[in-house]
Amino acid sequence: MSILINKETRVLVQGITGHEGSFHTGQMIAAGTNIVAGVTPGRGGEWVLDGKVPVFDTVKQAVEVAGVNTGVIFVPASAAADAILEQAEAGLELIICITEGIPVKDMIQTCAGLKKTQSRLIGPNCPGVISPGESLVGIIPAGIAVPGNIGIISRSGTLTYEVLNDLKLAGRGVSTCVGIGGDAIKGSDFVDLLRLFEDDPHTKSVILIGEIGGMDEEHAAEMIMNKFSKPVYAFVAGLSAPPGKRMGHAGAIIEGGSGGAKDKVEALLQAGVKVAGSPAKVIVMIQD
Amino acid sequence: MRLHEYQSKSIFAQHGIPIPKGRVANSAGEVKQIAEELGGRVVIKAQVLIGGRGKAGGIRLAKSVEEAEEIATQILSMDLKGLPVRRVLVDEIVSFSKEIYLGITNDRTERKPVIIASGAGGIDIEEVARQSPERIIKIYLDAPFGLHDFQTRELAIGIDLQRELWKPFNAIAKGLWKAFKETDAAIAEINPLVVASTGMLIALDGKLVVDDNSLFRHPELVEIRDLDAEEPVEVEARKYGLSYIKLDGNIGCMVNGAGLAMATLDIIKQNGGAPSNFLDIGGGASADKVATALRIICADPQVKVILVNIFGGITRCDEVAKGILAAQKEANKNIPLVVRLAGTNAEKGLKLLSGTNMHTAASMEEAAGKATRIAAGEKK
Repeated sequence: MSILINKETRVLVQGITGHEGSFHTGQMIAAGTNIVAGVTPGRGGEWVLDGKVPVFDTVKQAVEVAGVNTGVIFVPASAAADAILEQAEAGLELIICITEGIPVKDMIQTCAGLKKTQSRLIGPNCPGVISPGESLVGIIPAGIAVPGNIGIISRSGTLTYEVLNDLKLAGRGVSTCVGIGGDAIKGSDFVDLLRLFEDDPHTKSVILIGEIGGMDEEHAAEMIMNKFSKPVYAFVAGLSAPPGKRMGHAGAIIEGGSGGAKDKVEALLQAGVKVAGSPAKVIVMIQD
Repeated sequence: MRLHEYQSKSIFAQHGIPIPKGRVANSAGEVKQIAEELGGRVVIKAQVLIGGRGKAGGIRLAKSVEEAEEIATQILSMDLKGLPVRRVLVDEIVSFSKEIYLGITNDRTERKPVIIASGAGGIDIEEVARQSPERIIKIYLDAPFGLHDFQTRELAIGIDLQRELWKPFNAIAKGLWKAFKETDAAIAEINPLVVASTGMLIALDGKLVVDDNSLFRHPELVEIRDLDAEEPVEVEARKYGLSYIKLDGNIGCMVNGAGLAMATLDIIKQNGGAPSNFLDIGGGASADKVATALRIICADPQVKVILVNIFGGITRCDEVAKGILAAQKEANKNIPLVVRLAGTNAEKGLKLLSGTNMHTAASMEEAAGKATRIAAGEKK
């Protein structure tokens, strides 16, 4: 059991003929993911990855012919917002955007557009989602994740790998691991995913990996306090980050001067979350 | 990317926002000339890309042309937070009766732009936001529609602006929104916007921070970027797609991914060590990029040991190892390295490094411990 993706998930790769898209499609297939189509405008009709995956010019065509419910995006930043909306218009339930560096203005417009559709967006600037043993949609190295009953939600890519690897070494497994991405404007936040984990009977506990900036952790803490029944463990990166590099008054005014790691840890502790000083210590806590 | 005050105000002026008469100058001689044109009484403002310059002595008033020249000489020889002042803005002095804060930014939670106004503008605006949030008016905007007249009226009423100024305030707020939108800004801010004794609204200060992700479609902004006003090593790092921030310690750090890099700094601190920098080599870094990153770290004379912490996903550990070897070959000083490689091609990478005298570690905790002990002068 898992959230978001499983063995039945039928995946389309947008940007499948690009360098990253093609390499990671191979990795996803090796991990058992059901890749049913690729999209690259102008390359429709080709078959790629040893003739296993048909390429279409548009997402709509791919949906009609191949039957797709989930899309993953590897196209460059300047075209990624357009790709997200194309997938949403074509009716995909789940859109996972790996691309990093998308302009904030484009993401604001895209998120406004997504509200009119049924699609759920994960990312951008994220490593994707893995339900070990069932499906991988994204770039998480599949070898470091084993099936189990711990859910993971993370704002950081490489820290996610760190935690997956530590869990594996400790003999613990994961139901689903979701990288929600590091951008300011993103499709899903901690709260959105906590809701899904709450309803997933197979997930027994959840690890949150947060970092400085924004209010995601504070909002998660509020939700955990009121509407979440399972144990939650957390690590927040950036306790030692210097306060410099500030973005002017407007950001500070909006967030009431918060956004620092200390405030986040405090909020999580108050909600009953066990917070560790390092990713490795999170794993030790779960074993206790 | 942050623009200078004079650049921001000039963009605001192009959108119909009134700004004081004035010009930017590189020398005291130029300042003298501008002060003469403006009648002697001027404000001289250091053009640096950091906050708090007023409190650091970078903004001063002059009552005469001679005094302006004298003050300019002083400010132009100053260092503000380690960065030399190379330019000053010389503006006419505007007397005023009220300071307003007006800013636009993007709200992460609402996923919308938000316009913020306060009748208590000026240098203590953040304190106002903390102490008396009811004095801050916020209105969220729908990106496709932008800012409506009724919304600017709501702001004007919220900050107790007299009725005859509602129209000019509307024009200024709309001008600011246009500037925000057209420059792909992360922040567009006027603080203070003053009610001058002439009865006009004037933007005395201005700040524009542009979203770095959008720079590919703003060659006109990249062109006016003042690289001289930024930390040279950060400029150098950015050229190679590396994100580097200088810190005060002696343990150099090279990590892939911002979250892992921050966690590495945290764990070094927990071990009693002090990192000399934050450096994220990004995803899928080549050997060349790794070598450049190490060169940048080594250029800091404080660095006593370098910790390499890589968890390869897209990044391949053998590429990282090749970069380390290349950098070591050409390095003229022998800084010890503690290397932790995990993930994609980690075995290959470690094998490449096996003949060398580098310290290796299996986990980031172990690596941080080793690096801290070496920095403290212990053998291992």
